[in-house]
Amino acid sequence: MIELTQSGDTESSEILRVENLQVHFPVKIPLLQRIVQREKAVVHAVDGVSFVLQTGEIMGLVGESGCGKTTVGRAVVRLIEPTGGKVIFEDRNIAKAKGGTIRALRREMQIIFQDPHASLNPAMRIGDAIGHPLWIHRSGSQSRASFRREARENVLSMMREVGLTPEEQLYDKYPGDLSGGQKQRAVIARAIILEPKLLVVDEGVAMLDMSIRAKILELMLDLKRKHAMTYLFITHDLATAKFICDRIAIMYLGRIVEIGPSKEIYADPKHPYTKALLSVIPVPDPDKRKEKILPRGEVPDAVNLPLGCRFHPRCPAVLSSCGWEGRDFLDLLDEHLSDPKRAGADETILGPIEDWWAKGLVAGRKTGPTDAAKITERIRAILAEGPAAMVQAVGTVGLQGKNVIIEFRGPDTLAQTQVGERIVECLLYQN
Amino acid sequence: METFLKIDDLSVGYWTRRGKVGALVGIRLEMSEGETLGIVGETGCGKSTLGKAILGILPPLTEIQGHIFFRGRDLPRLGLEEYRRLRAKEIALIFQDPMTRLNPLMRIENHFVEEILAHESVSKAEARSRAREALLSMGIHESRIRNYPHEFSGGMRQRIMIALALVLKPSLLIADEPTTSLDVIVESQILEILQDLKRVYHMSLQLITHNMGIVAEICDRVAVLYAGKLVELGSAHDVFHKPLHPYTQGLLASIIHLDTKELHSIEGSPPDLISPPSGCRFHPRCPYAQQICVEKEPPLVEFQKGHLAACHFGDTFL
Repeated sequence: MIELTQSGDTESSEILRVENLQVHFPVKIPLLQRIVQREKAVVHAVDGVSFVLQTGEIMGLVGESGCGKTTVGRAVVRLIEPTGGKVIFEDRNIAKAKGGTIRALRREMQIIFQDPHASLNPAMRIGDAIGHPLWIHRSGSQSRASFRREARENVLSMMREVGLTPEEQLYDKYPGDLSGGQKQRAVIARAIILEPKLLVVDEGVAMLDMSIRAKILELMLDLKRKHAMTYLFITHDLATAKFICDRIAIMYLGRIVEIGPSKEIYADPKHPYTKALLSVIPVPDPDKRKEKILPRGEVPDAVNLPLGCRFHPRCPAVLSSCGWEGRDFLDLLDEHLSDPKRAGADETILGPIEDWWAKGLVAGRKTGPTDAAKITERIRAILAEGPAAMVQAVGTVGLQGKNVIIEFRGPDTLAQTQVGERIVECLLYQN
Repeated sequence: METFLKIDDLSVGYWTRRGKVGALVGIRLEMSEGETLGIVGETGCGKSTLGKAILGILPPLTEIQGHIFFRGRDLPRLGLEEYRRLRAKEIALIFQDPMTRLNPLMRIENHFVEEILAHESVSKAEARSRAREALLSMGIHESRIRNYPHEFSGGMRQRIMIALALVLKPSLLIADEPTTSLDVIVESQILEILQDLKRVYHMSLQLITHNMGIVAEICDRVAVLYAGKLVELGSAHDVFHKPLHPYTQGLLASIIHLDTKELHSIEGSPPDLISPPSGCRFHPRCPYAQQICVEKEPPLVEFQKGHLAACHFGDTFL
């Protein structure tokens, strides 16, 4: 495992270190199936994520929905308990911290959610909402009256700071009276009123109109400069991340596939997934419509993860050693049989897709001995139409007992590789 | 030749406790066959209202004035039954959130069968086979046709919605934020599908969105709405390269893309449509506003061939 900290920089200090973080969610399955299956089914939302945050930096956590980025954010502020790994905040492992400790932690770290409207209690005045954390974390010694006065002053100055003006008038308004941008400012004010050291921003501008997004981003940059605040900025939008993040981490299916300084990654993305994400960002110029590198299909489910590199079934640059397995062949077969132009005769030879099974590296179907030769011939023909890397990964096609099988050779071991100042998890860059 | 779609002086008002909200005011717009028109603007500018007005699915008690001519028929004056027959058959709509538009208790197949049988007198078996074809054309295997909506991913549900909208081969498809709830890669895939379909069926597409990036990718022409008014209309090339309305300029400047060096935003927020500002509705937020902008409402003027804007100073931006 490679050391993830940036070396040589002695001035910055580490505020958060996440080591091999895992968050698995159990899947509800019927009792009978559970008894038969034995193995526990879990969603591997986060599956071995490591990174380090230096004080005063903004790190972007970027990926599609379902990649686990939000779960990482929630595990960091301990809204959920990690299944494994460490979350070291200021030299303390808080991964397994309990109630009281977590509550005290919330002074130091706060989270902002995507939907400002849902984040504010509609029956609570804006000023009260922003000041609420002060009351929660109040120490008992001060009288209520004097605390109330102080809190109000504090809230008003915070409202000025985040641009919620005229603050005296807005103080007594309800969330319903505010615009989307104002609501998000209120949410930010509430999050920073205790002067936390770390702020997790989960899609904090995604719901806002383009025309006001910039203002909120500027506000975040401002606050970072003034208070030396550290951000974990979670987003699916690489263009926004480029603008405000010092470093970014690209996540796919619970793993970080590429992490490093923003400049380097945007100038020269290495991981095929990063490249794909960058290529789909629209260019606001109708004369420059570009060809895109679109990965095939959609993100697979995180219960039964793909073998080897998790991106391999969709990867445009896939190799034969990336993790081809039985069900990849079934997907190819399914695609083939779904195509009315080609299927026809094949369905009679190969049978419906339901007759096929896949287990680990092997896919196959039961057969009578007579048509076995025909089936293997068709299989080879279909494989020839599939991705070249997949064909190269095939070990054997043939008869095994009463089954016709396709067996793939296993994948090479995937490891994190340092390329320049970044770390990539992709076989293309491994020696 | 009669125009494919002609919106003539359309105004739509919603009544609320505080008074009438002028969601759309005096919209004039034409669309030709096979064209992709982007309708853009911020939240609350009336862009979704426009789509709903064309389809005749505005809430009851909404005030509609003006005309929407679709192939010669004036839509707001159609009888209920006539309108019902036109919907889905000739004009179809794709909504933003595919999950809430598919009935969770209905198998995918039945969504299709219901729609086909409502409009055409074919047998149930025929309707089923057409449903299968429609799904296959969207890359969804027929073995899944008896599944329920929740068994599909977001991208697949949106593809099902598109298949459902297109199964009767409408000539106009209105897509209201079709990709907003989707991921960037799936969004790109859906946009490609829409473009392919357009080519195959020679269908017209009205794309309602707040995302200027998408507009640049697939639209032929762009209409910019602000506070219920049409403020700019022109070819995508003209609008993106030579925006004539300060609001359009602001919208374009606020796009964050990979080459963004500096962030821009439009000061202030959209006005309250119950008592909109006098004169030009954009004047309180406009960096170029003069006295005339407060006093006089700017008409929509054709500054260049096919490029219209409603700004007193449109010619200075030419």
